[in-house]
Amino acid sequence: MAAPMTNDQSCFFALALGVSFLKCLLINAYHSTDFEVHRNWLALTHSLPVPQWYYEATSEWTLDYPPLFAWFEYGLSHIAWFFDKEMLVVQNLNYASPATILFQRLSVIVADVVFFYAVKECCKCLREDKGKDLLGKPSFILTVLLLWNFGLLIVDHIHFQYNGFLFGVLLLSIARHFQNRHFEGALLFSVLFNLKHIYLYIAPAYGIYLLRCFCFTQSNADGSLQWRSFSVVRLVTLGTIVLSTFAVSFGPFIALGQLPQVLSRLFPFKRGLCHAYWAPNIWALYNIADKAFSILGVKFKLLDINKLPKASMTGGLVQEFQHSVLPSVSPLATLVCTLLSILPALFRIWHRPNGARGFLRCLVICALGSFMFGWHVHEKAILMAILPLSLLAVESREEARIFLILSITGHYSLFPLLFTTQELPIKIFLMLLFTIFSLTSLKTLFRKGGALLNPLEATYLLGLIPLELICEFVYPLTVWQKTFPFLPLMLTSVYCALGVTYAFIRLYISLLTCSDNTKKIKTQ
Amino acid sequence: MENWSLISLCVLLGLTSRWAVSFHSYSGAGKPPIFGDYEAQRHWQEVTYNLPVHEWYFNNTNNDLNYWGLDYPPLTAYHSLVCAYVAKLLNPEWVELHASRGYESHSHKLFMRATVLFTDILIYIPAVLLYCFYFCDGSSKQKVATALCILLYPGLILIDYGHFQYNSVSLGLALWGTLGLGLGWDLFGCLAFTLTLNYKQMELYHSLPFFCYLLGKCIKQGLTGRGFFHLVKISMTVLVTFALCWMPFLSDPKQPLQVLHRLFPVGRGLFEDKVANTWCSLNVLIKIKTLLSRETQLFLSMLPLLLKDGLLLPYVVTSLAFLFLSLYLLSALERSTEEELRLGLYRKHTQHWLPKLNLSRIIKWKFWFSLVAMAALSFTSVWLKPPAKLPDLFPVLVSVLSFLHFLGFIIYFNQVQLMEPQRKKSLKKTN
Repeated sequence: MAAPMTNDQSCFFALALGVSFLKCLLINAYHSTDFEVHRNWLALTHSLPVPQWYYEATSEWTLDYPPLFAWFEYGLSHIAWFFDKEMLVVQNLNYASPATILFQRLSVIVADVVFFYAVKECCKCLREDKGKDLLGKPSFILTVLLLWNFGLLIVDHIHFQYNGFLFGVLLLSIARHFQNRHFEGALLFSVLFNLKHIYLYIAPAYGIYLLRCFCFTQSNADGSLQWRSFSVVRLVTLGTIVLSTFAVSFGPFIALGQLPQVLSRLFPFKRGLCHAYWAPNIWALYNIADKAFSILGVKFKLLDINKLPKASMTGGLVQEFQHSVLPSVSPLATLVCTLLSILPALFRIWHRPNGARGFLRCLVICALGSFMFGWHVHEKAILMAILPLSLLAVESREEARIFLILSITGHYSLFPLLFTTQELPIKIFLMLLFTIFSLTSLKTLFRKGGALLNPLEATYLLGLIPLELICEFVYPLTVWQKTFPFLPLMLTSVYCALGVTYAFIRLYISLLTCSDNTKKIKTQ
Repeated sequence: MENWSLISLCVLLGLTSRWAVSFHSYSGAGKPPIFGDYEAQRHWQEVTYNLPVHEWYFNNTNNDLNYWGLDYPPLTAYHSLVCAYVAKLLNPEWVELHASRGYESHSHKLFMRATVLFTDILIYIPAVLLYCFYFCDGSSKQKVATALCILLYPGLILIDYGHFQYNSVSLGLALWGTLGLGLGWDLFGCLAFTLTLNYKQMELYHSLPFFCYLLGKCIKQGLTGRGFFHLVKISMTVLVTFALCWMPFLSDPKQPLQVLHRLFPVGRGLFEDKVANTWCSLNVLIKIKTLLSRETQLFLSMLPLLLKDGLLLPYVVTSLAFLFLSLYLLSALERSTEEELRLGLYRKHTQHWLPKLNLSRIIKWKFWFSLVAMAALSFTSVWLKPPAKLPDLFPVLVSVLSFLHFLGFIIYFNQVQLMEPQRKKSLKKTN
């Protein structure tokens, strides 16, 4: 049977099909409340008229994504109708018949086709490396790192979300910028933002890059800005694209005068610097430092135990974490910190752009910076940094190293999402699968020049094994499980926060010290 | 990429698919009063834990043989006993005498599935890996590909992790036996094979080749000299192993007779419910030939059983995955030249009147045709209702189609075996 496709194409097809089969086998796995969230959205978009979408509150899981996603759910609901009409009844809270589960799971699996296409486009953007055998090719490695990404598999296909589809749009937008099809890239990003507004975090990278490298059509020989090359036409076109996307998405609601309501749903005033499980960011370290100081303070009689807030001494992971020693953190403070953390990167690509790769680095930093310093961050947000970083990892040694640390730590921090015993073997097997693959393939790719990870980094990563054993196997059998049930989560969060912070710092160093490709930055 | 990492990836993929299939239903789930194989295994844990050895195979008030009485040899009983000890530690209700009948719970299901995974990792998977690396031809990548295909073989996964059985133990031990013989460690091979015989009596189907091979080897070495000595060693190994396994039952002559009576119930039809197991026997035989494109057809015969267990989704996914994988990785169809398929004998016969016949192309067409037939039968079994006069139409059609395939394979493999040229056996194959 002569294969009609080339070797590469058939390999891609095999990997995509293989992971889809695995996803199908996971249909019966545990799903979180996010499953009910999406079922509710299917129901309300199907059963209620548009003006009521952002007012509906029968279920506690109100619509809190932008309108384009609501339209996406509306479209899905018409197919859902053929599977089980009952799931489209708003009052059927927590309805989860086998047909409902099958439909919802299949919708995620099918929506991943967008992701597959995006991955294919990204592989085209890599620098060609002929003469290597298939398993050592950067495009093969990138394909596996993206298609079989551990985080996506467990968040999308077990926990339940549509991240594959959304990241597909993001990666496609990035690929278009690499391919110098900037209008398409901008359009895709506007669409993405109107699907899920969390991507606001990386909008600055897009804004600065497009302004600097696309609106200013030329740079001087040394890479600095050529003010006279500013193209109003391009700016206006970009503006039109973005604004018209917003118009399509928010237009109906503005016309109905519902904009404030929609915005209040999209940006709810959430209590709590961290949510019940601390995302492994700066605030986790801040919280633990605060706890440590308060314990030490009481011990050394520097603090009066009666004056401390009750919860901080005995409580664990609560939404409203009251700081006792260090100053409390407000949402505004986190916003300022986030902006401060990404400003150097933005300034860098304005001052010395490095083409699309510089843009990508900046994007990853923006994503990671907002993860590190943001308000009420979910640990799943780490994927926004890991996935785009994969593209850089297969081309640069330093970024491969950062990728390994960030991805292994970040993926491990997702473990508490799957807390059921049944899913324990799956998450361990899949984590090992992804980790072994990424370690060995990147090591082989960059074998010239010594070991990829230095001993300290390797020890840190190996430390995840005893951490897992303690948190998941040993600790539940001890007496402390009843009195301090939050301790394993806290340990995981803090340990991972160290790795993520380290990766963030290294990424910054890499951006700020990377050799300028100033030979000719012809931007268009 | 280094070999060890590729192997770990294959093993992890195999383990993931196994555990993912285990999320689905098992035989007899929620179907009182009889339930299914899953309840049978649980019941054996209950019986072996609570009753003394001499009551295990006998009918009395404590042990109703009509309700899933033990009908496998003693090693299965010992395995159940070990599992029962663990079960008792976790939750005594699981093996409570009489009271635990029909016990079903999520945590119990996890426990039972975990016991299968444990034995799989311990016995079957290492055997497969060793087999691929010592006995398969080709580059190391091809060996890894073969290992992956064997590990993802749907039949075993669906029966062990879906329906619920411990075929990985018996097949694994049989494979260890084969490995032993192949590597020249005859006594080890004997030990392993005797153990598997004492685990499932179905392995008797494999015993003739073992016996003939070893006898032939001894004769070759000369029955008056070394050969005789070798034969004695082999016989002693077999006898001692049997004795050790049956020791608790040798005190009273009635015991072994009753056990044999349970193992070989001449009273009832021999093929009832054992059908699902006979394919296992063929499975090992075929693995040895590594013509993996053919195995896809074998487990269609299990379709009615799997449908009864509610395992449609895993069946579809694992079959499609395996089919695609073996076609892609092993380029099964590309290797179908006449020479590789060893169709020599057929060639000779047909040469007279059909000299222009391209046999390899016929085989390819036959392969696709069988696939289409299988897919069509699967589809109709699931979605169409059989006519009122012929309620068992689809299971029967499945059996007929499978039988025709089995017959074809038997003829083919016999032909291959007879035509195999005498190879100078360098038993310790270097990688």
